[in-house]
Amino acid sequence: MRAYWSAGKLRFVGGLQYRSAAFAGMATQFFWGFMYIMIFVAFYSHSSRAGTPSMTLGELISYIWLQQAFLAFIALWFRDNEIFQLITSGNIAYELCRPCGLYEYWYVKLLATRLSSALLRCFPIVLVAAFLPEPYRIGPPPSAASLFLFMASLFIGLLVLVAISMFIYISVFWTMSPVGSLLIFGVLGEFMAGLVIPIPFMPGWLQNIVYALPFRWTADFPFRVYSGHIPAGEALRGLGIQAAWLFALVLIGKRIMTKALRNVVIQGG
Amino acid sequence: MNLYFRYLTILFKSQLQYRTSFWLLAAGQFFIPFFVFAGVYFLFQRFGEIRGWTFYEVALCFGVIHMAFSLSECVARGFDSFSALVVSGDFDRLLVRPRGTVVQVLGSKFEFSRVGRLVQSLFVLIWAVTQVQVEWSAAKAVTLLLMVVCGVMIFTGIFILAATMCFWTIQGLEAANIFTDGGREMAQYPLTIYEKGIRIFFTFVIPFGCVNYLPLLYVLDKQEGSGFLYMLIPLAGALFLLPCLWIWRIGVRRYRSTGS
Repeated sequence: MRAYWSAGKLRFVGGLQYRSAAFAGMATQFFWGFMYIMIFVAFYSHSSRAGTPSMTLGELISYIWLQQAFLAFIALWFRDNEIFQLITSGNIAYELCRPCGLYEYWYVKLLATRLSSALLRCFPIVLVAAFLPEPYRIGPPPSAASLFLFMASLFIGLLVLVAISMFIYISVFWTMSPVGSLLIFGVLGEFMAGLVIPIPFMPGWLQNIVYALPFRWTADFPFRVYSGHIPAGEALRGLGIQAAWLFALVLIGKRIMTKALRNVVIQGG
Repeated sequence: MNLYFRYLTILFKSQLQYRTSFWLLAAGQFFIPFFVFAGVYFLFQRFGEIRGWTFYEVALCFGVIHMAFSLSECVARGFDSFSALVVSGDFDRLLVRPRGTVVQVLGSKFEFSRVGRLVQSLFVLIWAVTQVQVEWSAAKAVTLLLMVVCGVMIFTGIFILAATMCFWTIQGLEAANIFTDGGREMAQYPLTIYEKGIRIFFTFVIPFGCVNYLPLLYVLDKQEGSGFLYMLIPLAGALFLLPCLWIWRIGVRRYRSTGS
């Protein structure tokens, strides 16, 4: 356990060094945030005709800003090229010599990278967004319970996301090139997580599909808990489902990984 | 020009060597804008219209911009990954050759897998053209073509500008994404839906307005006054490329090798 802890800590501290990159990233995220809000404001200006939308504008705006602030927690295309290179170059042999489980070791590494990246960005973004003029301002959560549930669900969501992203790395054992699986996981997963448009705006048949998949628990669920769009009681039940997904994904991931490692061919020398 | 086509054939052959990877990439490139477009479609299903624009009108805009973007990504990919050339010092080699730097950088890379993206935007464009309620004429078809071509020039100009920054910063600039990816996402809706400041910036500084909103007015018969002017407005947008090339030349003159 201590080995994983220190491996994670090393990664975390290392990630905190890239501060200027984080600032550059923040400029991009503000731009995207403003743009999405403007588009939705334009859509909402006509909504009276089309009936009531499924989310209020305020709920939507906090959804958008949280999405930008915690991008590192929810983006599947965030990748660790080091691991890909380990597999394709054959240096995986060294990793296998380590006296710790490979799945856990990579999991901790990926988790720490995302944590440090989000930590650098989320506070400035949320803070600035809280003081913007209307309609761009992010509102506070409706109650302390929502805030608490939001933080809990965001954290479990992060764990679920890392478990999903592990599948991308494991798939490289077979495909030898990360590009294909990254594209498929990235594009499909982000749509299913509600990153392209929030899930309440999708038509009913699509919502049924999305609710049956694990992706929405990483982004859509915590953000809607924050704004109170998902009430506290339902959120509690959601936390349980999140945990169940996490358990299942890690279990399957580990099983597939052992299988992959049994057949692994060390390339070159 | 001959030289450029020679570059292209060589790159095309080399990329087809990895056939499965190529098709996978092309298919993936097809689906990225596909999901974005699906998102737009669902939003219109929910809301009906956006500031007086119907779905097919926006789809027309979407098709034009995404087509321009994917074409310029194919063509100007060399500028997009230009920082690698500067960091490694390989740019020195281009300088000693007796040809222009722009052609050589353009020819250094060409992403054929972006064809997937191109095909997707072509589908959207055709669908929008057949569904939108407008009397089509030759002049309008020409306008549409001009919009795409001049859109390519604007995106290429932005890629060149971003690459020029590398002469000063050595590293690539992530913030340049705001104007390439961000510009694309923004210009897929008619510019009138945004706030005034944004509208002015993206019409007079980076002239996306000249290839999406203004000529669209003509195509959709919404313009006031002479249509001829609106038809030729994309050409004004294309002028954006000139200052970009000029800055590029200043940058090249200022270039100091990293020496590695």
